[in-house]
Amino acid sequence: MLNAHTLPIIWGCIMAFVIFAYVVLDGFDLGVGILFAAERSRAERDIMVNSIAPVWDGNETWLVLGGSGLYGAFPEAYSVILPAVYPLVITMLIGLILRGVAFEFRFRAHTERHRLSWDYGFWFGSVIAAFCQGAILGAVLHGTKVAGGQFAGGPFAWFSAFSVFTGLAVVCGYALLGAAWLVWRTEGGLQLRMRREAARLTVGMLAGILAVSVWTPLLDHAYAVRWFTWPGLAVTGLAPLAVAALAFFLFRALRHGGAVHDSTAFLCALGLFLASFLGLGFSLFPHIIPPGVTIWQAASPVGSQEFLLVGAVVLIPVIIAYNAFAYTIFHGKVDHAAFDH
Amino acid sequence: MTSLHAGGLALVLARAQFGFTIAFHIMFPAFSIGLAAYLAVLELMWLVTKRPVYLDAYRYWLKIFAVIFAIGVVSGLVMAYEVGANWAGYSAKVGPILGPLLAWETMSAFFLEAGFLGIMLFGMSRVGPKLHFAATALVSIGTLISASWILAANSWMQTPRGYALAPDGAFIPKNWLAIIFNPTFPYMWLHMVLAAFIATALAVGAVGAFHLLRNPKNPVSRLMFSMAMWLLTIAVPVQGFVGDESGRATMTDQPLKLAAMEGDFHTRAGQALHLFGWPSRSLGRLLYDVKIPDLGSLIITHKLHGVVQGLDAFPKSDWPVLIPTFWGFRVMVGLWSLMLVLALGALALRRGGRLYENAWFKRFAVAMGPAGFLTIIAGWVVTETGRQPWTVYGVLRTVQSASPLTLGEIVWSFGIIIVLYTLVFGVGIRYVLGLMAHEPTVGEPPLRDDKPLRSHGPHRLHDPAPAPSPAE
Repeated sequence: MLNAHTLPIIWGCIMAFVIFAYVVLDGFDLGVGILFAAERSRAERDIMVNSIAPVWDGNETWLVLGGSGLYGAFPEAYSVILPAVYPLVITMLIGLILRGVAFEFRFRAHTERHRLSWDYGFWFGSVIAAFCQGAILGAVLHGTKVAGGQFAGGPFAWFSAFSVFTGLAVVCGYALLGAAWLVWRTEGGLQLRMRREAARLTVGMLAGILAVSVWTPLLDHAYAVRWFTWPGLAVTGLAPLAVAALAFFLFRALRHGGAVHDSTAFLCALGLFLASFLGLGFSLFPHIIPPGVTIWQAASPVGSQEFLLVGAVVLIPVIIAYNAFAYTIFHGKVDHAAFDH
Repeated sequence: MTSLHAGGLALVLARAQFGFTIAFHIMFPAFSIGLAAYLAVLELMWLVTKRPVYLDAYRYWLKIFAVIFAIGVVSGLVMAYEVGANWAGYSAKVGPILGPLLAWETMSAFFLEAGFLGIMLFGMSRVGPKLHFAATALVSIGTLISASWILAANSWMQTPRGYALAPDGAFIPKNWLAIIFNPTFPYMWLHMVLAAFIATALAVGAVGAFHLLRNPKNPVSRLMFSMAMWLLTIAVPVQGFVGDESGRATMTDQPLKLAAMEGDFHTRAGQALHLFGWPSRSLGRLLYDVKIPDLGSLIITHKLHGVVQGLDAFPKSDWPVLIPTFWGFRVMVGLWSLMLVLALGALALRRGGRLYENAWFKRFAVAMGPAGFLTIIAGWVVTETGRQPWTVYGVLRTVQSASPLTLGEIVWSFGIIIVLYTLVFGVGIRYVLGLMAHEPTVGEPPLRDDKPLRSHGPHRLHDPAPAPSPAE
C-alpha cells in the first residue's frame, strides 16, 4: 500500500493542501497589507491590522511547513527550485520580514513619522511578498532547466513575461481575498470601501484567470495535451463554469450588502482560488519541476516519506483543530470601540 | 583552507551570509525558550499563590516576549529557505534525513507556538486564567519541542548515525531513532536548553538589577532579580558539568574539533591548557602561547598524563577553521566563569541578606545582561566552525554542499540582508530595550483583555509624563 509509487502521490496531495492552506490564509492577510495604501485614515488602518493580528503568525507557519515539507518529501524539488528562483525567494523573505515586524513595530514607534514608515513597510512588504510568490509560480510553470539533479540555468532564468504576469495576478488575487476578508470582519465606511475594492479586484482576478488559462497551454505542448484530450477535457470544460458561477455569487454578495451574509464574498473568493489551484495542479501533475522532473523522481526515500507521513497524519488534523479554535476565539467584527490611541 | 580555494569567494560569502543570519537568529529563539518557560512559571506561581506580584512580572515580560518572538519567527523564516537556496548540494543529499526532521519540527512545534501565542497575548478575560495558563505552557512546550528537533538535526550533522549512502551520495535513512538520538544529541540538547535558560536569567536579572539600582524597594524588580539569581545559582554550575561532559564526548566523536578548540597542534600525554594564543595553520603551531602544563589533559581525560590527540594526527585538509574555533571556545568559557562569579556572589549575598542592597553587585548583574547571548553565539561558532570542512562530519564536505549560485547573486542577497537586518532588527532591539528601561509597576497594566497585544501601543512610551512611580 505505502510504496515508492503511492507515497509520492500521497505527499503530492499533502503538499498541495499545505500550499493551498498557505496561499489562502496568508493570502488574505497579505491582501490586507496590499490594501493598506488605499486606506487614508490611520484608525481604519489600525482596524485592518487588528483583524489579522491574532492569526497571521499561524497563517505564515504554513509557509514554513511548505518549505520544510517540500524539503522532507521532495528534496530534489527543494534544492532545484530554490536556486532557480533565488532572487525571488530572497526578495519574498525581505517582504515578509518587513511586514512581519511591522505588526509589532508600528505600535511601538516613538513618533508618528516612524509609525508611518512602518505602515509603508507593511504595505511594501506585503506587495513584494505577494508578487514574488506569484512570480515563483509562473517561473515553475514556465519550466526549469535541470542537469544532473541540479538547477542548470542563470540568475535570471525565472524572468519571463509570464512570471511577471503571474506575479501581478497573485497581488491582485491576494488583494481580493484581503478585501473580502475585511468586508466580512469590519463594518461602516471601511466595509463599504472594501466592497467597492473587492468588486474591482474580482474583475482583475477573472481577467488574470482567463489570461493564465489561455497562456498556460501555449507555454508547453504537454500542458495543451493534458488539457485538450480526454479525460482532461472534462476538467477544462467544467472549470470555466465553476469560475463563472463563483464570480456571479461573489458580485451578488458584494452588491446586496446586508441581504446576504457578510462572509459570502470571502467564501466565493476562496472558491475562485480553489478552482485556479486545482487547475494549476491538474496542469502540473505528475510533474513537480516542469518540464522534466516528476514527483517520483524528486521524492525522498520511502523511509523518509513514511516517517514524515506518521507526523502529518497525526499532527495536521490537530493543527487544523486548534487553529480553528483560535479563529473562533477571535470571531466577530473588529470595531472602533476598543481603540483609544 | 580547502573550502576556500575550491569554492572561491562565492562559497566564503555564502557561508558568511548563513553564519550572519543564523548567529543573529539564534539569540531570539534562545530568549523565547527561556522567556516562555519563565512566563509559564510566573503564571503558575500566580495561580498557586495568588500573589499579584507574579502577575505583574508576567505582564511586564509578556510585552517583551511578543517582540522577541516576532523577530525570532521572521528571522527563522529566512533560515528555512536559505538552507535550500545557499546549500542546494547539501539539501539535496541530506534532504531525506534533515527534511523530515525539520518538517516534524514545523508540525509539532511551530504551529503549537503560533496557534497558542494569540491566546497567550490575548489576556485572560476571554478564556479564563486556567486555559490561559495552558496556552502559556503550550507555547513554552512548543519552544522546547522546536529546540529538540533542531538539535537532533544539528547533532546528527556532528555525529551522523542511522543512515546509508546511496550511489549518488544521498543519505538514506535506516533507523530514525539512531538518527535522532545520535551520540552528541543529549549533550547538545541539555547544553543548549540550559544556555537558553541562563541567557534569559541573565537578561531578566539585569533588568531587575537596573531598576533596583534606582528603586531598591520595588517588589516586582526584586522578584525578577531574585528568581533570576536563583536560576543562575543552580544552572551555571550544572552547565559547567554538562560542558565538561560534552567536551569529553567531543574527544571520542570529533577529536579534530577538540584539538582545534584546545589549540593542541601535537599529540602528546600531559597536554597543556592554553589560556591564550594565536593558532597558525601555515606554521602548524600556536603563537604567543600562554599555557598551564598538563591541565589540558586533566580537564579532558580527567588524568594528569592522559593522551590527547593534536591536529598533527590528521591530514591538514581536514583541519577546521582554527581561529574562530579556538577563540570562540575561550570567549564561551571566559564568560561562563564570570557567570559563575555572579551566581556564587548572589548566593553569598543572599546568605548575608544583602542581595538587594549591594550596588556593585547590581551593576555587575546589569553588565552581565547580554553575556548569555554572547556565550551562545561563541559556543555556536565553536560547534559549527569546528565541524568544518564538513557539513556532515566526516562524510559530506562543505565544498560539495554549495548551491550553483553566482558571486553576484550572493553579494546582492548578502548585502541586502545585512542592511535589512541592521535596520529592521536594530529598531526591534531598540524597542525591546525601551520596554526594559521602563520600570515594572505594582499593578502592571494588563495587556488589554479585549484586544491582542499587537493591536496596542505602549501608551506609556508616547506619554510625555514619567511613568507612575511604583507603590512602596
